Amino acid sequence: MDITRDQIAEKLAEVGYIADRDLATALWLMDFLKRPLLLEGEAGVGKTEVAKALAAVHKAELIRLQCYEGLDHNAALYEWNYQRQLLAIKAREGAEEDPNNIEEHIFSERYLIERPLLAAIRRIDPPVLLIDEIDRADEEFEAYLLELLSDFQVTIPELGTVKATSIPRVVITSNGTRELSDALRRRCLYHYVDFPDVDREARIILARTPAIDAALAVQIAHMVNAVRKEDLRKLPGVAETLDWAATLAGLDIHDLKADPEIVHETMICLLKTREDGAQMTREVTARLLGKVA
Amino acid sequence: MRPTATPLPNPPPQGGREQAPASGPLGPATRLRLAGFARTLRDNGFKVGLAETRDALNLLAQPVARRPATLKPALRALFCATHSDWDRFDEIFDAYWLGHGRRQARVLTGAPTAQVSPLKRIAEAARQHGPHGLPDHLQRRDENGETQAHGSGMREGASRADNLARTDLRHITDPADIAKAEALAERLARVMRARIVRRERVGRRGRRLDLRRTIHRSVPHGGTPIDLVFRRRKDKPLRLVVLLDASGSMSLYTSFFVRFLHGIVDAFREAEAFVFHTRLAHVSASLRDRDVARAVDKLALMAQGIGGGTKIGESLATFNRWHARRVINSRTAVMIVSDGYDTGAPELMAQEMRRLRQRCRRIIWLNPLIGWRDYAPTARGMQAALPYIDLFAPAHNLESLAALEPYLARI
Repeated sequence: MDITRDQIAEKLAEVGYIADRDLATALWLMDFLKRPLLLEGEAGVGKTEVAKALAAVHKAELIRLQCYEGLDHNAALYEWNYQRQLLAIKAREGAEEDPNNIEEHIFSERYLIERPLLAAIRRIDPPVLLIDEIDRADEEFEAYLLELLSDFQVTIPELGTVKATSIPRVVITSNGTRELSDALRRRCLYHYVDFPDVDREARIILARTPAIDAALAVQIAHMVNAVRKEDLRKLPGVAETLDWAATLAGLDIHDLKADPEIVHETMICLLKTREDGAQMTREVTARLLGKVA
Repeated sequence: MRPTATPLPNPPPQGGREQAPASGPLGPATRLRLAGFARTLRDNGFKVGLAETRDALNLLAQPVARRPATLKPALRALFCATHSDWDRFDEIFDAYWLGHGRRQARVLTGAPTAQVSPLKRIAEAARQHGPHGLPDHLQRRDENGETQAHGSGMREGASRADNLARTDLRHITDPADIAKAEALAERLARVMRARIVRRERVGRRGRRLDLRRTIHRSVPHGGTPIDLVFRRRKDKPLRLVVLLDASGSMSLYTSFFVRFLHGIVDAFREAEAFVFHTRLAHVSASLRDRDVARAVDKLALMAQGIGGGTKIGESLATFNRWHARRVINSRTAVMIVSDGYDTGAPELMAQEMRRLRQRCRRIIWLNPLIGWRDYAPTARGMQAALPYIDLFAPAHNLESLAALEPYLARI
């Protein structure tokens, strides 16, 4: 539990996540202050990976709640198993039982379905709770979440208040497609995840694609960095870089400059819209390759 | 568990030098200094509450946090709430704690009061000689100011001032009338909002059975579905994104639109405003200032073009690249208020309009010149933009602004 910032960075590296110092500090602070961590940044910079790596570091369970438009508390918090409740009622119909007993029975733990948020606070070992892409959920949902994050308890009208048995480590990610409420922002620590610099990206490639040469990893990182500076609709993320690295490694390429044609053809790993593909002509590829030292 | 706030040990690092970890309670001087830092951040628009300051004090009590290399990122994670906070934090931190540029630190500390008064002064000065946004008395031309005055007034609240509503905004010259028209523009925005919402509530009819809730309700009846629960489509509120051209050629109209904009941003729960001339500025935050006069002053100042032409295409490109993803959703209407005189390349304009078109639900282009007699959209920029516009409407008087409302309600 009590580990320092440097240890966190080391441990993250062990599980394959190359973090910068600032992120390591934020993760340390998260444990120290018991606050959730809000990660913002472009799509594909590895925000979700942070939570996965954090779970691996603490050897904790990762509970993930993927947000979407229209997400409500039935899907996020808890739900009664109505079908089973009905069956239970039908089964007891002939038995002349006290209706109060039946009611108590069908609104008991057995008929409760845990959804991610409830599950996260009822574990014995604190899990990592990843609330992914919160900006896709409705604003009303943010309000639910605030209640949970401040008190770590859930009130179920038929059953009573469920208190947290352990406080989960909460990581919230947002792609910034809408503004989040100030209340939520204030409750959280904040970290802006940027695209990794060339050096860190090269280390990420090496960590994730062990078969690759170090020199090629550096070249790829430089090239991707140059591609991100172009005026594209969708900038390639780290996942795209890794795909591309794996492709090049699989094609047994050792030097990008040796075979510009293959580089150009495999660029489809990085470019995900037709417009971007059209913009990245052979000439542009050649120009960018020229910049890669 | 959170460590308790008392006792408060150990001073924070000062002047960027590593300090020998001296133990003992945090001196009052240090606490004051931290409080000062929190205040500086608040003055710079950070949302820093008591809880954050308390956590920061707890943090300073930790031996690890005393190293500047840790302290800065730690405080940054704690105090920042948005990307723009994140970008500005280092500068403020360095100025305050590390003392390079004490002067800068002082400027930053004094931000709120110091900032407003010079702004106001400049805005005032601008108003006195040849104001940028306000019609000049010298340009007074009363050709249709009075003659067109009578007729069906504007809806709700505006009927008292129907002649104002129909007068071309550039011909309103009396300061009292200007104030009235500006207030009207703002009020109009609010009324629009109220009507659009009302219509939404009445118009929502599509019903679908909510099976899950119906079964839930049937449990007390032993499983017989007596209470039927219906599901209604929940409409997202219409979001308005307004891009206002504040170039010289628009100057006669700018101040009215600024007030209109203020009304929109204030009244619509979801609205964003941008101003552009040679570059694009995101002004929603300034417009949310409760003090109307201050907000409008701030904006009037921002809106003052430095000259050098209007770069609509480039401004749109900036918008598409940096802002569109955040401010546009599936229920967004983008309203561009401009005369379409673009000094950039029409190709760029067309390309960016096309990109914008792909993202949003409607593009409304308000052009004050349409109200002029014999106007035809011949400007090259305007020509390039036309194919992508859903509604090309006049905006030379208050009435034409009011006419937008039914259109917005239908989106």
